[in-house]
Amino acid sequence: MSILLEGLLSFTWQQAVMMLIGCALMYLGIKKEYEPTLLVPMGLGTILVNFPMSGIITQPSTGVEGVLNVLFDAGISTELFPLLIFIGIGAMIDFGPLLQNPFMMLFGAAAQFGIFATVVLIVAVTGLTLPEAASMGIIAAADGPTSIFVAGKLAPNLLGPITVAAYSYMALVPIIQPPVITALTTKKERMIHMKYEPKDVSKTAKILFPLLITFVAGFTAPMSLPLIGFLMFGNLLRECGVLDRLSASAQNELVNIISILLGLTIATKMTAGEFLNVKTLLIIAFGLLGFVFDTAGGVIFAKLLNLFRKEKINPMVGAAGISAFPMSSRVIQKMATKEDPTNFILMHAAGANVSGQIASVVAGGLLLSFFM
Amino acid sequence: MSDIMVKALELMGVGMGGIFVVMILLYGISQVLLKLTAPKKDN
Repeated sequence: MSILLEGLLSFTWQQAVMMLIGCALMYLGIKKEYEPTLLVPMGLGTILVNFPMSGIITQPSTGVEGVLNVLFDAGISTELFPLLIFIGIGAMIDFGPLLQNPFMMLFGAAAQFGIFATVVLIVAVTGLTLPEAASMGIIAAADGPTSIFVAGKLAPNLLGPITVAAYSYMALVPIIQPPVITALTTKKERMIHMKYEPKDVSKTAKILFPLLITFVAGFTAPMSLPLIGFLMFGNLLRECGVLDRLSASAQNELVNIISILLGLTIATKMTAGEFLNVKTLLIIAFGLLGFVFDTAGGVIFAKLLNLFRKEKINPMVGAAGISAFPMSSRVIQKMATKEDPTNFILMHAAGANVSGQIASVVAGGLLLSFFM
Repeated sequence: MSDIMVKALELMGVGMGGIFVVMILLYGISQVLLKLTAPKKDN
């Protein structure tokens, strides 16, 4: 009888709290449809790893390796899962809007401001180490795989809460960005129309572009090459025109399988001992600030450019420079339509949004280069 | 100013500077690429 009760008697209130958090993640994924591909497996994983003395994770008392730890060592410690998922993301990205208006590249750069501003702020107000601060700052990249990749190298102990924060805030972009943009712009600025002259982009340009990005990132931010290389490989599958089957597999089967494994595996770091501490609260708070700073960086940069430009830019487009693609560009278009139903800036915002995807990976690579 | 703060500010300078360099480089390259590979227009 004591064997049957052993698990229940070892159950702590902290584990109960974690199970509730797991339920909350599943609720957000299923009911609110916030990043369900990650939050649902992660939510269930959080419940599983918090059963006392279970065989699902390695228990210090028995030393028997749990299946989730095996997956963690194989897929996260080796960086395999975030990299493989990047092949799928690359296959989903259309660089067309960016190539039609390459000037939007600059907004991708400006909207990474939140990463570094957050690091400085964390260092100023907490006693955390710089690698830990950098791992929290990368949440502002608004790019899940990059956050996992960087945090896995710089602060593996914080991987669980960083992943939860990164994916949760990406899902909350429609709630986070509008008030920041509204606070930093006037109605007149939000109503600025931008001329859209669609240029024809040749197939050759679309094939060469991912290769050129790989060369540039490979030489200037070599630590970002695994991410950029896999991302651009995925994009090449899409654009080359002779690998449609592989492109479809990367976009669907590969992304689906890795998402299942990634969500479950990250839950290894969602045990009560690793999650319930002050650092998690800091990650949640500073992650949100990072998204706010990113948005502000993009908007203020656009406003600065407007001081020198004859043809004005709608500053809201700057906010789309964060990497949360395509959600951010849709949010910007929705705000533009709200101010003026005839204003169509989606293609400009999409260009900035795609450039944010490239810039966030480069930012992750530069962060790693700084420490390694 | 503490050492760690100096390092954090250095990281910000290197990071933002680096990103702008890379993105400006990509901007220039894509302009050249678009010129070189412009689709031929039918008369």
